[in-house]
Amino acid sequence: MEIRWDILLAIMGASVVTLLPRVLPLVLLSRMQLPEWTMHWLNYVPVAVMAALIAQELFTTDGKVHILQHYIEILAAIPTFTTAILTRSLLGTVVVGILSLMVLRFVL
Amino acid sequence: MSENVQLNQQEIEVKEDSLLQGIRDCIPTLLGYLSIGFAAGVVGKTSGLSVLEITLMSTLIYAGSAQFIMAGLIAAHGSAAAIILTVFIVNLRHLLLSAAMSPYFRHLSACKTMFVGALLTDETFGVAMNKAMNRSSLSEKWMHGLNITAYLNWIIATIAGAFFGKWITDPEKYGLDFALTAMFIGLLVLQMISRKIIRRDLIVAVCAVLIVLGAGSFVSGSVAVIAATIVAAAIGMVVEKWK
Repeated sequence: MEIRWDILLAIMGASVVTLLPRVLPLVLLSRMQLPEWTMHWLNYVPVAVMAALIAQELFTTDGKVHILQHYIEILAAIPTFTTAILTRSLLGTVVVGILSLMVLRFVL
Repeated sequence: MSENVQLNQQEIEVKEDSLLQGIRDCIPTLLGYLSIGFAAGVVGKTSGLSVLEITLMSTLIYAGSAQFIMAGLIAAHGSAAAIILTVFIVNLRHLLLSAAMSPYFRHLSACKTMFVGALLTDETFGVAMNKAMNRSSLSEKWMHGLNITAYLNWIIATIAGAFFGKWITDPEKYGLDFALTAMFIGLLVLQMISRKIIRRDLIVAVCAVLIVLGAGSFVSGSVAVIAATIVAAAIGMVVEKWK
């Protein structure tokens, strides 16, 4: 059970560069009146970032597209999306997603 | 009678904004980050980090993809400068998330907003933006409930991974690796359904998917996500103006 100095240094530095992008926009922008177009633009950020993250998880390995490698995940995404649309339950969606993947891996 | 109704309304609002409600609203995301955190602990351990170092990492950095990459770089004996720069780029997308959340925290002091932002993640952002629908502000207490629950869950999960990782070698067998993807799918769908501008949101989502997949061949995955978010959100804005 030890902490090495070089690792500690890396962790400290990494925590600072992680903290700043998290905190600065919230602190600064919440005190400013933003121009109208920025608000409209920011309004689409949640949908854009979630869609991008899903695509990356579903279709890529190390940033590169590998559809064949991911066909089970892509198939499992169908019942997952369906559950989300029909039940509007986040927990239900996660549970169905995990079960779908488990069943598909077992069957295929 | 109408006074009673008004009181009830107020009570509901207070309950909706409470710390406890924030904790409750975090529950659906716990499984996803539990499995990813566990995996991060396992990977950290196998790349030669001590349990204490892994705990410190989760407590101070608290970011999934960054911690995976850091473990990889440490295993490859990367320099501290290279590690810090990589983590910076990987976590730069938080700038966009933090900016998108800022309009909902105008009522807080700078110091209080800082604490809200310090524990910002993709998941808490997704949950908060769903909550923010049809509202002009978010409650600080509710946000703390959400944030702290997710934070503790992450720390516990990585420590567990570091301790027990050697016995559970294949979490993929149980489909747990899909929990995170499923959670993002749920967050996206809930968001789109409640926003009621489905056509425009679909355009934005499809653009984001195409851009992130296309850009992935040229830049790292984390830069691709940032590019996709910036451009796809701009497309949404332009389409909206056009109408």
